[in-house]
Amino acid sequence: MASHGIEIKGLYKIFGPKGRDHVEAVKNGLSKAELNERYGHVLGLKDINISMPAGGITVVMGLSGSGKSTLIRHINRLIEPTYGELVYNGINICGMNDRDLREFRRHKTAMVFQKFALLPHRTVIENAVYGLDIQGISRTESTKKGQYWIERVGLSGFENHYPNQLSGGMQQRVGLARALTNDADILLMDEAYSALDPLIRVDMQSVLLDLQAELKKTVVFITHDLDEALRLGDKIAILRDGQVVQQGTGQQIVLSPADDYITAFVKEVNRGRVIQAKTVMAPFDGQADGARIEATTTLEGAAKIMTENGLSKATVVDDAGTPIGTLDLQTMIAAMVTPAGSEAEKIAAE
Amino acid sequence: MAICEFLPRALCRFPAISDSYIRQARQVIDDGFRGLVREYGYIIDALKAPLQWFLNYLERLFTTSPWTVVLIVMLLVVYFGSRSIRITIGTAVGMILIGIFGLWEDTMTTLAIVTVSTLIAIVIGLPIGIVMARSERVQGVINPILDVMQTMPSFVYLIPVVVIFGIGKVPGLIAVVIYAVPPMIRLTNLGIRLVDKEVLEAADAFGSSPGQKLWNVQMPLALPTIMAGINQTIMMSLAMVVVASMVGVGGLGRNTLQAINNQFFTYGFLNGFALVAIAIIFDRTSQAFGKRLQRHSEVVHG
Repeated sequence: MASHGIEIKGLYKIFGPKGRDHVEAVKNGLSKAELNERYGHVLGLKDINISMPAGGITVVMGLSGSGKSTLIRHINRLIEPTYGELVYNGINICGMNDRDLREFRRHKTAMVFQKFALLPHRTVIENAVYGLDIQGISRTESTKKGQYWIERVGLSGFENHYPNQLSGGMQQRVGLARALTNDADILLMDEAYSALDPLIRVDMQSVLLDLQAELKKTVVFITHDLDEALRLGDKIAILRDGQVVQQGTGQQIVLSPADDYITAFVKEVNRGRVIQAKTVMAPFDGQADGARIEATTTLEGAAKIMTENGLSKATVVDDAGTPIGTLDLQTMIAAMVTPAGSEAEKIAAE
Repeated sequence: MAICEFLPRALCRFPAISDSYIRQARQVIDDGFRGLVREYGYIIDALKAPLQWFLNYLERLFTTSPWTVVLIVMLLVVYFGSRSIRITIGTAVGMILIGIFGLWEDTMTTLAIVTVSTLIAIVIGLPIGIVMARSERVQGVINPILDVMQTMPSFVYLIPVVVIFGIGKVPGLIAVVIYAVPPMIRLTNLGIRLVDKEVLEAADAFGSSPGQKLWNVQMPLALPTIMAGINQTIMMSLAMVVVASMVGVGGLGRNTLQAINNQFFTYGFLNGFALVAIAIIFDRTSQAFGKRLQRHSEVVHG
């Protein structure tokens, strides 16, 4: 099944009985506070334009109240948009009637929830096959699929347990298995890991990355944690007060934050895990000595290879193995500790 | 009152409509009501017939079967419902005592009418409760009706029941059902409304149709509350069979009524205790059954 991307075009959400009437005013610059004060309507999302790549993980990041959970609920229309378009595979999701929407939700999307939202009266395996039950697939067939995904998320042996016999991390594995068993192209993860302990969270991130490397689904991941966003996201969009403040790759956001708000965010980030070798390397000087490092290796990864081999210099090579640049420890350390200046412009120009 | 001397009459004594008007109005309403009943008697009879048949069938089954068979079946039902030896032994002791004091047959009659009225109350109450949970407007209409049903003294609605259906077992049954159905409706409604919004959202996200949502999510999760409703319904029908004996329902209720009329102190209490015994058996069994349906929520991850 080929993945398709999701195009969000000019999406507005205004909560309130007459949200539609105020779209024009908001477009013309009516602020969130004014809208609330004068008309008693709440601006949820304002002019959202995000292109979510097919087969990649798009992370939508923001603090609470930024509208990120509202945004993800527009993709399967758990929340009705006020204005704008969401296009998947050439079809505007906002224009679907009830039946089409139900079919779309059954076959194209699967969702993982922050508070798991498992069915407490169903066992792990029964929860996993829930989506297939809804599609009307027989239990003999669905159980086979469910069993496979339960094993893949590391829950074998717990098939006949009830959700509240499991720990939070295990419950979310059930949530993930339920979503994967549905075999849908779009995987929506609404703060899926926010309720988990830090160690388990990292563990679950690895589970997702491993599965994604193989499945290539179009994943939309909501989080308030920038580290999580940087680790998972092929693309990151940062939301504030219902608006996209910046979108791009993790590197772009860390190296050239769009404003003070994002600068404050990225200050605490471990740059070594985000910045790639090719971003800070010096042009190739013709001498292919030292360790060989692939262009997309993170600085932390590069530092590890270099120190293990007792080298202070490395050659950066592209996919084909051709040397394209050189890197020394000095540059790397500088890039990891200080907000890089020239590199930022370089990446912004890409 | 001295003060009335200075006041116009209308402000002192409440200016009620004159008695003759009220008498006339009463007559018109009562006659109209009776006329309607006479006119549509065949519909009422057709409505009554299946209830009558079902009630008689069950009553005959209970009273004519050998007591040993009834007791064994009852104990089996109690055991498999509650999976508790204690409740089963308690049931055996209670029923044997009832038999020893010569109340076996009357108890069977009461058991039959309580069983039938509970079943009818569930069949009527469950769908109404479901509809009520899905629509604010329906809830707005039905809630006051339930309030009236629950606060109206039970003797009062025996009157229209008797006018429409006459005297006998079925009118009594209908009165019992009217009295016992409100908790069923209310708790079904409440149970469905209390279902976790996040789980419902998940059901929506996977593309559930409204029917699938009802049967896969709402009903199973509302079940404990619905079971409490059934339990309440049983208790209320047991209370109402005594009142309904005034319109011709037999069994323990009629004995109690006789005991009141004749001041048979001991006889009255014996029948009362028999009712209590049945109530406890029903209550404990249905509660244990409800709890067993909840197994999944008992074991919690430490």
